[in-house]
Amino acid sequence: MLVVVVLLLAIPVAAAAVCLRVPAAAAQAVTAVSGIACFGLVISVVPAASRHDISYLSYLRIDAISVVFLLATGFLYASVAVYSVGYLGHDRRDPGLARYSRRFYAGLNLFAGSMLAAPMMSSLALLWVAIEVTTVLSALLVAIEDTDGAAEAAWKYILIASAGLSLALLATIFAYYAGSRVLGESYNLSFSLLLHAGGRLPHAPVRLAFALAVLGFGTKMGLFPVHTWLPDAHSEAPTPVSALLSGSLLAVSFYAVVRYYQVASAALGPRFPRDVLLVFGVASLAIAALYLLDQRDVKRLLAYSSMEHMGILAIGLSFGAPIALAGVLLHVLAHAVAKGNAFMGAGAAARKIGTKRISGLTGGLDLLPWSGPLFLMAVLALSAMPPFGIFRSEFEIVAGGFASSGDAAAAVLIVAVTVAFLGLTIATNRMLFTPRAAAVPAGIAAVPAGTTAVPAGRPAGPALARGEPSAWMVVPVVAGLAALLMLGVHPPAELTELLSRAVRELGGAA
Amino acid sequence: MPVMATSVVAAAAAAAAPSVFSGSANVIAVGVLLAEFGMFRQALLRDQVRLYAVQSALISVLAVVVAAARQLPDLYALAGLSAGLKVVIVPLVLRRLLRGVGRDSGGPGWTDIAGSGALSLASTVLLAIAVAAFGFFAIAALGIRSPVLPTAALEMSVAVALVAFVLMIMRRDVASQAIGFLSLENGISLAALVVAAGLPLILEVAFLFDLLVVVVVFGLLIRVHHGKAESLSTADLTSLRG
Repeated sequence: MLVVVVLLLAIPVAAAAVCLRVPAAAAQAVTAVSGIACFGLVISVVPAASRHDISYLSYLRIDAISVVFLLATGFLYASVAVYSVGYLGHDRRDPGLARYSRRFYAGLNLFAGSMLAAPMMSSLALLWVAIEVTTVLSALLVAIEDTDGAAEAAWKYILIASAGLSLALLATIFAYYAGSRVLGESYNLSFSLLLHAGGRLPHAPVRLAFALAVLGFGTKMGLFPVHTWLPDAHSEAPTPVSALLSGSLLAVSFYAVVRYYQVASAALGPRFPRDVLLVFGVASLAIAALYLLDQRDVKRLLAYSSMEHMGILAIGLSFGAPIALAGVLLHVLAHAVAKGNAFMGAGAAARKIGTKRISGLTGGLDLLPWSGPLFLMAVLALSAMPPFGIFRSEFEIVAGGFASSGDAAAAVLIVAVTVAFLGLTIATNRMLFTPRAAAVPAGIAAVPAGTTAVPAGRPAGPALARGEPSAWMVVPVVAGLAALLMLGVHPPAELTELLSRAVRELGGAA
Repeated sequence: MPVMATSVVAAAAAAAAPSVFSGSANVIAVGVLLAEFGMFRQALLRDQVRLYAVQSALISVLAVVVAAARQLPDLYALAGLSAGLKVVIVPLVLRRLLRGVGRDSGGPGWTDIAGSGALSLASTVLLAIAVAAFGFFAIAALGIRSPVLPTAALEMSVAVALVAFVLMIMRRDVASQAIGFLSLENGISLAALVVAAGLPLILEVAFLFDLLVVVVVFGLLIRVHHGKAESLSTADLTSLRG
């Protein structure tokens, strides 16, 4: 098993090093192989981790909770690596592309590698270091498009996220201080030791550490009011990076919050950490749902949807009932897959039509025989429609809310999710079902004014032939749809076992 | 409970009459906070970086003082490493990364960051004093006692961190914002010295290495920004909304 862990840490770094030296076509292949290999390795860890914790060298530790987050990152890494083949291959005649794609692939591999490393760290200090590394790598990837918008988004992102993570570092320091009262001055901040110390930890520093950790890691996770970098970075980054940011980076930050939650509820009892998470979760969910109602850019729309789902995760964790915790962990997986699919579908449409604006992306169903319906499926999955995984996870979270007498919060959750559904479907409707080929006046006459009206005077887009930009941009989305169906209809027994062990780890402390 | 006992003794000693040790520790912590206030008014990128180096040097000196007074040999190594990185390498990297930018745009005005404050200097300083006082008293109320340093240093470190936030918010140029972030990290280093002096050296080294990576990326993004906006001002970063 040590081999698997070392390979998981080493493969992405090695792939990045190779990508800097070889031509673009080889870099594509190396990245795709690396992504798929890492996902395979993560899957191979699942049976062992659902029976016992795996730890090496006192700084590496994998338990069932870590594996859930590794699965989310591993799956997205594999799918965006395949997707990128089509995404970048499109304009191969561009002379600047060789340089761009070298940087892009090296950055993508390192970014994915750092996100795979974070859940494997046993120490809160190294967890913080790994998450800070994900920040700087992803900031470079956000800036890679070299437009004014990308430069602006990257600057806002790195400044806000780094400042937030500084608060998380302060949380780490106070967590160390709390532990040193019980464990002595020299210990390595490993959270299994902190969990063991549990109720003996002094209360004031643990409280301070937990609140700072939620605020600090919450900045990276996109919790209100420190979410402001999120829509900018998601909309300006290249699509494969947006998918990783949304499905994986936010989840890895949530992973850190989960670890602090474990320590805080072992030390203080569940009340305080749950109240903090509930306040942040409800605020994020409500604000994001309202923002979803009026978005003009499809990637910003999906970014606010991510913020909404992070709010749901925080609320689910605050419910604390075992079924809600199982829902939260399943939600991490299902959201990663569904959001990856949505970004990749939107990216295919944007590539085909040449804009990210929702008003310009009309006629998706006519133009894109595969990506159009797949995007629709992804949006329905994000809105928690029944056959998909998010339906199951949100159902469990709400059921857990009612079980743990969090009735009001569960009701708010249902209302906000419904508002978000409205926002998402209005925009999707506009993109997919407004006919494109029809001339502008006909388009206005055909649809009722209001929701789907096309702005008057919009020049009719150039006539586009029906067809996909690239088959590589469809294959990972189909795989994602299959995964969503599997999570929703019949999760495999190994996964169920893993989730129930993770729930015991999470709930055992409470 | 030997740790508790020492800290009680230290607190009692501090209450009776400040020893040379706790007096000098507090003076250095105040110096760090004053350097933070100085960053509100620096008019040139070069001076801003220099002030950051001074602030970092003060923290390294404090680490040496603590190492000598409390017999913590690890802290000598930490002081050396952090001085090497934050006083020498970080300012060097920042200047190297930004010198090329200056040549491209010609005149000497490229590093001019004067007048980038959103409020007048006096109002900003008043605001920062209020924020610093809040941090100072809020942390004092928590009753966290340090095993190695007077508690006032911890309160001061949180004040430094909060003032760094005021700096990042109030100065609208990328250089001051980056330095604001780095000095925020200095404030946290100060806090770490007070309450986490025993943190294993390998973790401290990981933090410092991480800081180096962050500085390089900040430098690169400042270059990108300068290339797009032709200045260090962030006044034009308003296109992404909603």
